[in-house]
Amino acid sequence: MNESREHLQTLSDIRSMMERSSRFLSLSGLSGVSAGVIALAGAAVVYMRTGLSSYSGSYYGSVGNSVSRSAADQFFVTVAVVVLIAALLSGVFFTVRKARRQGQSVWNQTSRRLLWAMLVPLAAGGIFCLVLLLHNLLWLVFPGTLIFYGLALLSGSRYTVRDVESLGYCEVGLGLLALFFPGYNLLTWAVGFGVLHIVYGLTMYYKYERSPA
Amino acid sequence: MNDLLSRFNKAFESKARLNIMSVLMVNDVTSFNDLKDLLALTDGNLATHLRALEESGYIAVEKQFVGRKPKTTYRATEAGRIAFTVHLNVLEAFIRNM
Repeated sequence: MNESREHLQTLSDIRSMMERSSRFLSLSGLSGVSAGVIALAGAAVVYMRTGLSSYSGSYYGSVGNSVSRSAADQFFVTVAVVVLIAALLSGVFFTVRKARRQGQSVWNQTSRRLLWAMLVPLAAGGIFCLVLLLHNLLWLVFPGTLIFYGLALLSGSRYTVRDVESLGYCEVGLGLLALFFPGYNLLTWAVGFGVLHIVYGLTMYYKYERSPA
Repeated sequence: MNDLLSRFNKAFESKARLNIMSVLMVNDVTSFNDLKDLLALTDGNLATHLRALEESGYIAVEKQFVGRKPKTTYRATEAGRIAFTVHLNVLEAFIRNM
């Protein structure tokens, strides 16, 4: 009987080693929560400055008031870039902290693969959205970022916890939906980068990180 | 029962070797340093186990240079994959029979 337990232990060791060596499991749920909170704060700042409807498709092509519009656009892009950088920094912080606590390195084969898998769709999306800006198609940038970010998550999910895949599907779906409702761009964006991240982060946190009480 | 026991592969006796094979079953190639990181073994200890697996023909070693630094990578051979799968099947049968 004792021997049987030993063999079971061996099998579960093998399983965990296979998983640990092929997937980056130190991704922290708190990274998602902090990124979501930062995104919501950014959306709130934009909303207070310009209101909900400013980035709707209805004003695409309108000529009047173009000076204040480009100022608002610039304001939005600045906020978006600040949000992106702050969210990335906080995400890296919590993930590094989790890896340290688990006594694992952050920079290894699995994290390199994960980053590479996400980098290609993200870079393509980044360039795509920059060109949209160049053509003054700001309203398309909202769904664009959501869709490409979702694709990056789907591509990266093969190298980390599986739950990332569901988040990816949600982001892509929301981005496609946003294309049909350009009037709610700021809202879908806040839901995609804010609410979804917080929900995902809390789920991850309670599922994997909080020590069972 | 004794028949099953006799089929346990001696090459996989140690936990370290089982772990090395587990990593190489799911990753095409893995470097010495990544293995060291995952298994938390000392250089000498890991090298000994790797050499034993190499001598059994279960893993293949590749040495190359990245810049001026030597980089050693390992991959499971076809024989290694088969031997490991057989070993797992025996383990499973053993547990089922208890």
